[in-house]
Amino acid sequence: MDFYLTALLQGLCFSGIALGIYISMKIFNIPDITTDGSYTLGGVVTAILLTHQQPVYIVLPAVILAGALAGAITGLIHTRLKVNPLLAGILVMTALYSVNLTLMGRSNIPLVGSKTLFDKLPLLADPNQNTGIILSMVVLLITLLIGYLLKTDFGLAMRATGNSETMIRALGVNTNSMKIAGLALANGLIALSSYLMTQFQGFADINMGIGIVITGLGSVIIAETIINWLRITSAWLSLALVIAGAIAFQMVLAVTLSIGVDANLLKLVTAVFVLLIVSLPRLSFNKN
Amino acid sequence: MIALNTVHKVFNKGKASAVTAINNISLNIAPGEFVVVVGSNGSGKTTLLNLVAGSIFTDAGSIHIDGNDVTRMADHQRSKWVARVFQNPLSGTAPDLSIIDNFRLAAIRTQRKGLSIGVTGNFREKVRQHIAILGMSLENKLEQPMGTLSGGQRQALTLVMSVMDSCKVLLLDEPTAALDPRSADTVMRTADKLIHDFKLTSVLITHNLKDAYQYGSRIIQMNEGAILRDISGDDKGRLSQNEIFNWFS
Repeated sequence: MDFYLTALLQGLCFSGIALGIYISMKIFNIPDITTDGSYTLGGVVTAILLTHQQPVYIVLPAVILAGALAGAITGLIHTRLKVNPLLAGILVMTALYSVNLTLMGRSNIPLVGSKTLFDKLPLLADPNQNTGIILSMVVLLITLLIGYLLKTDFGLAMRATGNSETMIRALGVNTNSMKIAGLALANGLIALSSYLMTQFQGFADINMGIGIVITGLGSVIIAETIINWLRITSAWLSLALVIAGAIAFQMVLAVTLSIGVDANLLKLVTAVFVLLIVSLPRLSFNKN
Repeated sequence: MIALNTVHKVFNKGKASAVTAINNISLNIAPGEFVVVVGSNGSGKTTLLNLVAGSIFTDAGSIHIDGNDVTRMADHQRSKWVARVFQNPLSGTAPDLSIIDNFRLAAIRTQRKGLSIGVTGNFREKVRQHIAILGMSLENKLEQPMGTLSGGQRQALTLVMSVMDSCKVLLLDEPTAALDPRSADTVMRTADKLIHDFKLTSVLITHNLKDAYQYGSRIIQMNEGAILRDISGDDKGRLSQNEIFNWFS
């Protein structure tokens, strides 16, 4: 049971990645893999500031800003230098590895002796329940914020940028600035995800971001499959499904581990699982 | 309203494949004029329109819109004055956004897209009234994604969208080229009505010589990046359809 509880909590931690990928991939139609770098960056900034006993109101904005900056750089490279977005993301991600290592000064920072968000807010006696309730509140808050944002005029312009660029330029939107802002927002959310995860697991590690983009992709694709199945148009429901996707994704991994699959094979299982969800609609379609 | 001063545009400059798309054109379009541009493929019609819209920039010469020098302004900056309807019905609307969301963006074409929710009950009512003019009974389908509509419906809606916010110049790039004859007719009538009702200065590119004859207060024939014929006022009225046909033989 603990196994699944941990998976649930991890899923909540990863909601930020799922929302970030949803914004870059689904709304802006940009395959952004700055993620691996910006996720680690978020963790690194969290660990450094926490071990220096900085308060939440400094740590959290700093983490989001760091992630946003990474995303904005990818956006700048893509829009101003006309570099393919996938390559722009790879470049920033690669560069961030050195940046992260330099910031940390070593490959791992444990949070021993530093008070995490979960220690500072003892709402419930049971530590797991306490973590769960805090994570749920944070996730609810960012989902509400993003949901509201997508309904505003700015949000509509964001959605149109990924949907019909000629149209939205003719309607007075600088699509280059919009894409930079979008990638900044996406990677800010990804760093926030890492902020939660680092405190949940109690350390930041230089390798924590490797292959993390697949977590976001998997969550979004699970959500996307259900959205297409049920023909959902509501923005709120779509966002809720993305969060549910993030949790479902972790659950599947937990099940995989619990049935005795070697942990070394976890990334392989992850990749195959994502492939399955992506191809499932097409496979069943062929039969018809 | 629109003034082009010895505008020059060469594509693939300095290469063997260099093409002079616009050759030192000077053109003045008065407020309220409805200019129809005809010409064979490659004569520079679309390039001319893109230069006015700001999708591409001039190599030499200057462009003024409503007295403002816009020569170096990007398309999204010129949208303060200019609304566009594209040849491809897909380009003028966002297919995954609902009709109402598309209209909201069009209604703030000249304004900042801020962090408040603009799709309110009042706004819906306003859009419903505007769409009702089309007589396509689309006014009750505001939540439907734009992509589910036909090309003709989308093109007609794009026209209505262009007058949702203050608009001085309307650029129509073969708006009916992708449509069946009946939808094409509806779209052209709608365009003509809006241009008159809102006193828009407009430029229409068309290959349909019947439309060129029927609509507009001025007709321009282009050839190899230059203006070959420029007929306005009563002279345009006296032109017969056959005469226009003969320009192309």
